[in-house]
Amino acid sequence: MIRLQLTSIDIEEVLCSVSTPAAGAIDVFVGTTRNHADGKTVKALDYEAYEAMALKEMEKIEKEAGDRWKVENIAIVHRLGRVEVGASSVVIAVAAAHRQEAFDACRFIIDTLKERVPIWKREEFSDGSIEWSRHKHEQRNRQFHP
Amino acid sequence: MKIRVRLFASARELAGFETRELELPADGTLEDVWRQLESVNPAFERWKESTRFAVNQEYVRGGLRLRDGDEVAVLPPVSGG
Repeated sequence: MIRLQLTSIDIEEVLCSVSTPAAGAIDVFVGTTRNHADGKTVKALDYEAYEAMALKEMEKIEKEAGDRWKVENIAIVHRLGRVEVGASSVVIAVAAAHRQEAFDACRFIIDTLKERVPIWKREEFSDGSIEWSRHKHEQRNRQFHP
Repeated sequence: MKIRVRLFASARELAGFETRELELPADGTLEDVWRQLESVNPAFERWKESTRFAVNQEYVRGGLRLRDGDEVAVLPPVSGG
């Protein structure tokens, strides 16, 4: 299951979507919205996506994880729009016969999602200011200097 | 030729529009798109290093020759998750 949604993510539903008798383990990663950034208090977050491309990239990541590890099912669900502090912004579930594959694939999926799925986060601070999230590991653009 | 440019997040705010049709030379590349954005707002210049592009929803490199009708997306560093 690959999905972008405006409503809150039902973790149980995501978990059920990957559940299979062939699995001996289901690893679930839940990304939640933090109440601080750059030393300031965050009130809420707002997610925007290039939706068509984001879904394609999520599908590619699902496929890459499936090619690399022996997993049964994968679900990737990301929230869009306004998300209150403490809520789930992304939920990833991986079912595999054995836990090591589930852990490894799940970690790969969230790490890769953060690198290349076109989704952006805007932080609304308690002082009323609003900023696009800054990137600690900003990738250098090699497109102009290949 | 004509291409459609789409801008997201901070790039959209920098340009002041979300989407626009741009007229490019027949052998136009992303460099031409970028030059037009810089003419809309010179502040784009300092974002060049961190901006990525997608053509028809696939990440691409700068030298790529664009084609009539392409959808070019201007993507600031992503911050999902």
